[in-house]
Amino acid sequence: MSQTSTIGKAINLGLRRALEDDPKVVLMGEDIGRLGGVFRVTDALQKDFGEDRVIDTPLAESGIVGTAVGLAMRGYRPVCEIQFDGFVYPAFDQIVCQVAKMHNRSLGTIPMPIVIRIPWGGGIGAVEHHSESPEAYFCHTAGLKVLAPSNPNDAYWMIQQAIASDDPIIFFEPKRRYHEKGEIDTDLGLAGAYPLHASRVARPGSDVTVVAYGPMVRTCLDAAVAAEADGRSLEVIDMRTLSPLDMGPVYESVRRTGRLVIAHEAPGNVGLGAEIATRVMQECFYSLEAPVLRVTGYDTPYPQSRLEEEFLPDLDRVLDAVDRTFAY
Amino acid sequence: MVNGERGPRATKSGGTTRTAAKKPAAPRKKATTDRSVANGTDPAFVQLLTPEGDRVEHPDYSVDFTDQEYRDLYRDLVIVRRLDTEGTTLQRQGQLGIWASLNGQEAAQIGSGRALAQQDMVFPTYREHGVLWCRDIDPIMPFGLFRGVDLGGWDSRKYKFNMYTIVIGAQTLHATGYAMGVKLDGKMGTDDGEAVIAYFGDGAISQGDVNEAFVYAAAYDAPVVFFCQNNQYAISVPVHKQAKAPLFERASGFGFPGVRVDGNDVLATYAVTKDALDRARHGEGPGLIEAYTYRMAAHTTTDDPTRYRDRSEEDAWRLKDPLSRMKAFLEKQGLADEDYFAELTAEADRYALDLRERVLSMPEPDPSSIFDHVYPNGSPLIDEQRAEFLAYHASFEGSGH
Ligand SMILES: Cc1ncc(C[n+]2csc(CCOP(=O)(O)OP(=O)(O)O)c2C)c(N)n1
Repeated sequence: MSQTSTIGKAINLGLRRALEDDPKVVLMGEDIGRLGGVFRVTDALQKDFGEDRVIDTPLAESGIVGTAVGLAMRGYRPVCEIQFDGFVYPAFDQIVCQVAKMHNRSLGTIPMPIVIRIPWGGGIGAVEHHSESPEAYFCHTAGLKVLAPSNPNDAYWMIQQAIASDDPIIFFEPKRRYHEKGEIDTDLGLAGAYPLHASRVARPGSDVTVVAYGPMVRTCLDAAVAAEADGRSLEVIDMRTLSPLDMGPVYESVRRTGRLVIAHEAPGNVGLGAEIATRVMQECFYSLEAPVLRVTGYDTPYPQSRLEEEFLPDLDRVLDAVDRTFAY
Repeated sequence: MVNGERGPRATKSGGTTRTAAKKPAAPRKKATTDRSVANGTDPAFVQLLTPEGDRVEHPDYSVDFTDQEYRDLYRDLVIVRRLDTEGTTLQRQGQLGIWASLNGQEAAQIGSGRALAQQDMVFPTYREHGVLWCRDIDPIMPFGLFRGVDLGGWDSRKYKFNMYTIVIGAQTLHATGYAMGVKLDGKMGTDDGEAVIAYFGDGAISQGDVNEAFVYAAAYDAPVVFFCQNNQYAISVPVHKQAKAPLFERASGFGFPGVRVDGNDVLATYAVTKDALDRARHGEGPGLIEAYTYRMAAHTTTDDPTRYRDRSEEDAWRLKDPLSRMKAFLEKQGLADEDYFAELTAEADRYALDLRERVLSMPEPDPSSIFDHVYPNGSPLIDEQRAEFLAYHASFEGSGH
């Protein structure tokens, strides 16, 4: 069955289905119960599944993730919500030192089937700590997998696939896109849906490859529409999985286009773009017609909301980079 | 603990003697779960002014204000509520991104704020507009943060009032470290010694940072007062879901005294805070105050409290309003008349109007300022990016961008 849904609602529906399908799935986080989360992503789930399975935790993020570790050891599949990206840091120790390493250290005997959902990124006019892009920290940590859906259908299926996976997964939700609508196909099934750790061409094109993930996918698709009017054909790739990266479609695309622009909100310095660029250089060196360019946030703290439009890569900056790749 | 108000005195000055002999101000139920909000009764706390505006005595705490001082406290309450209302209005009109209202918590903030000595240092959360007012700081200062024109920055040391802290609980450790510095500097032990106060909420007390702050403060006998405004909710989560015993009782486990005060009573809040600050400044170590109050407004302007609490609960708390009881007191004591109240309302309106006009004319930030203060010693990476940023924006000049 196909239905129209926002990204936020799609995750809600995906969580609901995971709760229905597996009694070991528990949701935990601040204000996720009666309130339904500050973004309403868990709306009505506590009402339907009870306070034991949709848990309003105390205000302590290290506690959320640390107790999730114990619940996972006990056979549960905790899905943790961190209220905003900037508030994951109190849990960082538990994530990096415990969640990520437990399986390895227990000689493969104790998996950590934990999903940590993080509404993420800027563009909502918020005060500080509500607009961060910390994905690189987690991608840098062995033992974690990192995902970033960009549209409702992916959001719906990826959250369920993530919960079903025995790997610990950081699940970044594009908060400024929560209200964007699209079709979801609820019949695909976990195995029938697009594979979890795979990137995908979101819009085919022939002149330049543009790689993005999460909220920047929409920006780049818009840029592709604008570029078409100028007679330029952009191929937009939605990475979907940030760790491990699925580079196959990127290599294939760059070999055709010879040009690559990578866009993310996170600061450029040691960001995902650097990793993607290096791999492309290694694999597609003779195909490249121009240096790989990055369009990213600046290496400053995320600014006050009145300046966030200047900070966030937008359509113009993506097109500017596209222009520059043709200047070589 | 024998009575409901103070933890055992952890240090030299003698067990629970300050209260052991006397009865607490109100009877206290056996407190394993504190559900007093749900059933509408107050727990035991220090109270000097009833909701009806009557003065009551307390064995350990008292205030001795002049008529003028009583009026001034009421004036503070009225003005900070009026300014807060303006904050909410400005947000509703699209002039602020968000506003965190103090409505209902005025007495907790004015009582504690007025108890501060000049030299004391304050570490607020994001809601302490009333304490800020008591520091004689221009009330416009936090509006930069809420309007989004700046990151809410100022020189905390100059104002003896730290920047608002949004990451829950972080400031309690900063306050403790600052207080450790006071001690290292030998700036305590006398009447003009320095004390530090850290504000936080009933939700924050669950946070690891806050518990570590308690440990450090106790270990180093730091001159810091932990002031917890128990406004009954951490966004949607009621305090009894996070805490199974009264919050002030935690202090005893860490080794310093705790006290619960009627946070809607400006006189009692003043008295307990003054006492705790004075003990800290005299080298008697930290203290915890739980100001029992209620957040009458939404958590912030983006919140919808109808999703998680009943109107009837709000109505019950409205009867305990901190302003009404002080007004009733002034009237009953004959300390103020209708003219006084009318003039005060007008004065508060003038403050609010002035604030509104100045908020509306706050300058827009210069975009390249995002690069200005990242490092004290600068960075070539930042310089490079600033140059790119300026060149990129210059390329739009004249193109209608
Ligand atoms: C570390 C961290 N986690 C989560 C949040 C999101 N958040 C902002 S306010 C709040 C509730 C705070 O409740 P409380 O401490 O009782 O203070 P109150 O707002 O009621 O004054 C939460 C969860 C945050 N700001 N920081």
